Amino acid sequence: MLGLSPEDWQAIELTLRLCLYTTLILLLLATPIAWWLASGRSWLRTLVQSVVALPLVLPPTVLGFYLLIVLGPLGPIGATLEQMGLNHLAFSFEGILLASVIYSMPFAVQPLHEAFSTLGRRPSEVASSLGAGPIDRFFSVILPLTRGGFIVAATLTFAHTIGEFGVILMLGGSIPGETRVLSVLIYDHAESMNYAAAHRLSAMLLIFAFVVLFVVYAFNRRFRTVRF
Amino acid sequence: MQLSIKVEWRREQFLLKVAEQFEMTGVTALFGRSGCGKTSLLRVIAGLDRVRGAEVVLGESVWQQGSAFKPTEQRRLGLVFQEHSLLPHLDVTENLLYGYKRTRPEHRRQHPEQVFSRLELEPLLGRRIDQLSGGQRQRVSLGRALLTSPDLLLLDEPLAALDTQSKRDILPFLLDVTRDSEVPVILVTHSPDEVQRLADRVVFMDQGRVIRTLAIEQAMADPASPLFADEGPASILRGTLNEADASGLRTFTTDKISLLVRAGSARSGEARVRVLARDVSVALDDPGRISIRNQLRATIVASTPIADQQQLLTAQLADGQALQIEVTAWSAERLGLNVGTEIWALVKSVALME
Repeated sequence: MLGLSPEDWQAIELTLRLCLYTTLILLLLATPIAWWLASGRSWLRTLVQSVVALPLVLPPTVLGFYLLIVLGPLGPIGATLEQMGLNHLAFSFEGILLASVIYSMPFAVQPLHEAFSTLGRRPSEVASSLGAGPIDRFFSVILPLTRGGFIVAATLTFAHTIGEFGVILMLGGSIPGETRVLSVLIYDHAESMNYAAAHRLSAMLLIFAFVVLFVVYAFNRRFRTVRF
Repeated sequence: MQLSIKVEWRREQFLLKVAEQFEMTGVTALFGRSGCGKTSLLRVIAGLDRVRGAEVVLGESVWQQGSAFKPTEQRRLGLVFQEHSLLPHLDVTENLLYGYKRTRPEHRRQHPEQVFSRLELEPLLGRRIDQLSGGQRQRVSLGRALLTSPDLLLLDEPLAALDTQSKRDILPFLLDVTRDSEVPVILVTHSPDEVQRLADRVVFMDQGRVIRTLAIEQAMADPASPLFADEGPASILRGTLNEADASGLRTFTTDKISLLVRAGSARSGEARVRVLARDVSVALDDPGRISIRNQLRATIVASTPIADQQQLLTAQLADGQALQIEVTAWSAERLGLNVGTEIWALVKSVALME
């Protein structure tokens, strides 16, 4: 179908799995971080905010390099895992999943931070004065009022993870079914002069990326009008 | 029931320092200029700001003491904010029932039908929030807070953001709720008019401190009271507004006195009237043939010189309530108006506070 080879399909499946897991993990992780960032001002918050934003400015190779060192068989985390009888994380799906979570973190945290800041504390205060506890408030008031932020965060995270290349190449290499995601496969196709295959996958990604951005901006425009 | 509160809260240049016990019956107004700390105090009482070392105890329930801190949702209180605070993703009915649903059935004393009809909310049910006027929004907020059957109702400048017309729309409901509901109310306000209309007790605040706490009658007896900024000293009389008689006149009565008032279609029942001190004249004899119809027997109990050669007399009416009278120092001397003198107070104008 579409002239794609089995190895193309394998890469597509792997990429989607990576993106889906990354997005789910990041929504769970980024929500409390963004809420905390939006709920006040302090040096600690500025520090966390800067760390979260690091992947925006660092070359992916830098991030990939340090992750390789830390998660590899000789790194502190990789060695500990080995000692516990587990595998180190370099050149594995778990490794690139962890890398994706770190690498796409700002794309999940920033839209949520923005949404929570715009919302302010008042709706939550109103809900608590009406007897709603923290979890109840989150699902009955905060989530519905910041839905736009969550949609933007999820979409950007997903799309950005698809676009990952440098980090994965550094940390994961190109193992079919394990770490060879679409972007890496396109690189491999081009390296082996198989331009037609590279072209098919590249065009697909281009169209996908455009559609995602279009949807995000449309949502942004719609949701910006919802103010408390 | 008493509310005891102790707080010392420093924020940048501002220090809120309060250690008071307030009697919690009727309406207690926290009165002062903006920035005096009254809203901060309200937020500490509500638990919206957690201040280390603060103490908040309402009757038997400890809301904050030592390391014990009940979060807002566990304090049985109702809150109405200054600006509109309805949840925009819910319609009017859902807003009204948001707190009711979260109130344990054994705590529910107020129920939707009775609150809806009391605040005349039926026509608004099911509407979207952005289809309501400012006054209607505050009415819904008030109903929503009442439906949690709170032990204490906190109103943070509920009228401040409203235009005159919207204020007039919601005041009768606010009066109704605060007057004969069993829930004690704390009202934060900087408006003398709101205090005179609604409060039973005034807590004067300035620069983060409580200056003094007075019953409304005492607060009104002080000629220099900050409650008299615009129209000079005035008295508040409490009594009952009666239905119109055959001739269309309405009377405001207490057990011993009766005044004719212009009350339009105001609801009869418990009411307050305001009499400005400068609208009262004094006669030593029964004035008989005179155009002023509201004439009350009274005894002067205090006499204080105020600005511009004026004398402020405090007279006790037959029912024990106090009436402030402003006369010129010249008249006071010529008529011999001293403490103990029995007079006729001639009231030129009575304003029903509705």
